[in-house]
Amino acid sequence: MSAEAAAIPGLGAPADTEWETVVGLEVHAELATETKLFSASPNRFGGDPNTHIDPVSLGLPGSLPVLNEKAVELAIRVGLALNCRIQPSVFARKNYFYPDMPKDYQISQYDQPINVDGWLELPTGKRIGIERAHLEEDTGKTVHIGGGGRIHEAGYSLVDYNRAGVPLIEIVGHPELRSATEARLYVAEVRSILVAVGASDGKMEEGSLRVDCNVSVRPLGSDRLGTRCEIKNVNSLRSLGRAIEYESRRQIDLLTSGQAIEQQTRHWNEDDGRTHALRSKEEDYDYRYFPEPDLLPLDPSPEWVEQIRQELPSLPRDRRLRLVEVAPSTDADHIALAVERSMDELALAAIEGGGAPERVMTHIVHNLADGPGQLTPDALAGLVGMEDKGELTATQAKRVLAVLVDGGGSPQDAAQSLGFEAMDTGELESLVDGLISNHPDEWSRFCDGDAKLTGFFVGQVMKATRGRADGKAVTQLLHSRKG
Amino acid sequence: MTAVEIAAAVRSGQQSARTVVDEYLGAVAEGDADIRAFNLVTEGQARARADAIDSAVAAGRDPGPLAGVPVALKDNMCTRGVPTTCSSRILEGWAPPYDATVVERLHAAGAVIVGKTNMDEFAMGSSTENSAFGPTRNPCDTSRVPGGSSGGSAAAVAAGFAPVALGSDTGGSIRQPAALCGVVGVKPTYGLVSRYGLVAFASSLDQIGPFTTTVADSATVLDVISGPDHRDSTSIGESQPSVSATLDNGVDGLRVGVLAELSGDGIAPDVAARVQAAASALESAGARVAKASAPSAVYGLSAYYLIAPAEASSNLARYDGVRYGLRVDGDSTPDMNTATRSAGFGDEVKRRIMIGTYALSAGYYDAYYGKAQKVRTLIINDFASVWEEFDLLVSPTSPTTAFSLGERTADPMAMYMSDVCTVPVNLTGQAAMSVPFGVGDDGLPVGVQILAPALGEPVMFRAAAVLEASR
Amino acid sequence: MGQQRITRAECAHVAALARLELTDEELDRFTGQLDELLDHVAEVEALEIDDLVPTMHALPITNLLRPDVPGDVLDRDEVLAHAPFAEDGQFRVPPVLGEAP
Ligand SMILES: [Mg+2]
Ligand SMILES: [Zn+2]
Repeated sequence: MSAEAAAIPGLGAPADTEWETVVGLEVHAELATETKLFSASPNRFGGDPNTHIDPVSLGLPGSLPVLNEKAVELAIRVGLALNCRIQPSVFARKNYFYPDMPKDYQISQYDQPINVDGWLELPTGKRIGIERAHLEEDTGKTVHIGGGGRIHEAGYSLVDYNRAGVPLIEIVGHPELRSATEARLYVAEVRSILVAVGASDGKMEEGSLRVDCNVSVRPLGSDRLGTRCEIKNVNSLRSLGRAIEYESRRQIDLLTSGQAIEQQTRHWNEDDGRTHALRSKEEDYDYRYFPEPDLLPLDPSPEWVEQIRQELPSLPRDRRLRLVEVAPSTDADHIALAVERSMDELALAAIEGGGAPERVMTHIVHNLADGPGQLTPDALAGLVGMEDKGELTATQAKRVLAVLVDGGGSPQDAAQSLGFEAMDTGELESLVDGLISNHPDEWSRFCDGDAKLTGFFVGQVMKATRGRADGKAVTQLLHSRKG
Repeated sequence: MTAVEIAAAVRSGQQSARTVVDEYLGAVAEGDADIRAFNLVTEGQARARADAIDSAVAAGRDPGPLAGVPVALKDNMCTRGVPTTCSSRILEGWAPPYDATVVERLHAAGAVIVGKTNMDEFAMGSSTENSAFGPTRNPCDTSRVPGGSSGGSAAAVAAGFAPVALGSDTGGSIRQPAALCGVVGVKPTYGLVSRYGLVAFASSLDQIGPFTTTVADSATVLDVISGPDHRDSTSIGESQPSVSATLDNGVDGLRVGVLAELSGDGIAPDVAARVQAAASALESAGARVAKASAPSAVYGLSAYYLIAPAEASSNLARYDGVRYGLRVDGDSTPDMNTATRSAGFGDEVKRRIMIGTYALSAGYYDAYYGKAQKVRTLIINDFASVWEEFDLLVSPTSPTTAFSLGERTADPMAMYMSDVCTVPVNLTGQAAMSVPFGVGDDGLPVGVQILAPALGEPVMFRAAAVLEASR
Repeated sequence: MGQQRITRAECAHVAALARLELTDEELDRFTGQLDELLDHVAEVEALEIDDLVPTMHALPITNLLRPDVPGDVLDRDEVLAHAPFAEDGQFRVPPVLGEAP
């Protein structure tokens, strides 16, 4: 998302001057394992229906779950990345009937989750508390046939259990987000972290990252939480923002017209841009949680956790901080974008190699949206150096950069191949002096202070040099000749 | 012939597995119309398997410690391609696409599976009268129940239909029918035998174990089916010493307690007398016998009748008409689920699903399920003190000898009381077995229960062998 | 027997949670039988064991973890052959009415 988020002015600003929106998110992410959470059939997106199945993922009588070690390791990585405490945990059964749940209970973690009490930091610097991040199994998929595929009008449904049993991590954040924009930044940050630690591919469009959001509103300045509604079926960052904005508006309208908010679960409808009531708090399902007797408590050894900590790659927040350190005057949005596009390593190396931080970051954010290609840090540093020395104009530098991205090599060679040879000062001086004597009228008007004439002379130089000259250097030269 | 004798004869080529199997299948054909021990007899597969074993012997290979031994399986153990019904209508038409671990291990040891035996539906019951296919009768007296829930397996061995049968024991479902039918029945330590492929009743209590006519046969079977299994998370990870190896070591010097809480109220005097006789027999063989007490054992039944139904209510949710077994149609999936479950489950199963659902439901969890799990801790603690003073305990297996068909079907509480002596051990996970030790006033078999601490099977079997020899 | 521990209405609610439909006769009978059982198990109410840790597993068995290595999958045709109603390689069910709770 972030190009999108970065484009939104005033991060974190409340949507309303009298009301504050309060958002808490639950993010479900599929873990990037080879096999399912409790059995050895493949964890793979797509495939013919019901081909990634085994007795456990079909809930066949007599089948038993055995926990996937890799899923536990990935969950611990996520927990550590979210600054959680890793604790002994217990799996529980969440009992409810639904055809895509092969056992009619979901194995999840309830009162003793593996990761608790963490936080993450948004690119704005605001910290959001993480209540827990626990392991659970995914359900299968139900397709509704007839009635336009809508659940309530369908004639019948078909169930595919390929996804049943895929490991999920559910990350439950505290209700500390204050706007749709913050919510989107939060999800983007969670996704960056998941991808950075190799826990998930974070693809919302394939359903490997799913978000439920709890939204409430309260008068600005109040510290009491309002009655919240939980919104399901938010399938992209765009709909997340829209759903929160709609829901918050709906609640504010109700309250300002003297009505009360009913605690509900609501469904986001992408087509009409509204949320619709699914069920009220009174209809809350009784899940009859109890400890899963087929599994033993999970108690990862401190040595194992420590080893995972040692092997953790550097995280988006740390990467942003390092970049801020070397390029302190860069916008927070640009820092975040560089990290999100995984271009921070390139930026750091180029700056370390002598490139001016501002110019390096400008190229990273504006001119390298499609990735660095063959561009090396040294080449980027060299390019920026040539710009600094006036050997290349901004326009030329962009074209040189494109050559470096496509084919690599040094900026000097690339500039030469484009005919952007650096002009020596003597050449430029004689060119300018020639122009002055050929255009005496223009020159006297320039000397009288008509700024428009600067453009005339620079333009003439550019024309004569086919853009090789540095506009700034020409301007300086003109002023020095004026005396 | 005992299983040990059959295996020896088949391994040495003295007798063909095919002859053995044909003989037992003949006995089934002749006698099972009266007993109804079997839900299904797998004659064709059994004969083919026997022939394969004979070929192996002829080729100089050793088929294993159960070579050619016919084995009947309780119909809640998965057998690939062979219907597994749990004696329930709800599994109508289903055949598992895989074998239970015990089935794999029996095959690997040269055993020949001859069929699937009747049981109380989903192992819920103490008389095998809660079967969708009708009751099994006790071979000792066909007007009596064989006990349950593994009544079909107990009756099959008692009737001579198979030298070995496997059952499952959640609250006494191996030991009680063994006692009532006059055979040996073993509930191993929880986790000793893999539950993979055993259709779950109550996951934290279920264990598979053997029925045989002799103690040595049970020891041989247990040695075959026990051991670590990476497909069952609750399986004990380390291999245990062979039970057969120390079977004849006697009980000299062992400290044996007579458990007070399971000797008094509610135990029929003729049964209590046989337990005393067993204690004396052990004493004569060199054991030191004294009275033992685990006061909280009396709460076992209450804890059991909350924990087992709670787990069962969840384990049996999957029978919803979607993926396998019975479907009774409805206008919607919830209606279809309800219609299927209402038609597919019998009364006792419904009752237990309801108790369990209630015990776990919002507002009741702490008072019922949570409390029961604490009672379980209390019982475990009491037994831990007992094991500081004793190596083994003895008690009745069942408070009475076999009761009449229909006698307790209208009164679930009376039926539940049949389990009073057996349930504590399921709650603690310890080992226990029932050994036939004479008859009661009605001439029907009485079983003596031997209780051992977790993984105390070798010592438990030594005492069982002594009782068997002094009977 | 003491006071009634479970009402007919509670019994009906529990049956609905468990997706069971009971006739009036069954509901009457089950209410009485459940009540009798709850009355019996009420003997544990008096035990002062609040400070005991509940036992989930009787034995201290250590946790078993499985390496993340793919194993055999089931043959779809074999599985669907035992399904009550299959279509297009999937399990067919009547309308589900709503989303999962
Ligand atoms: Mg949730
Ligand atoms: Zn979840």
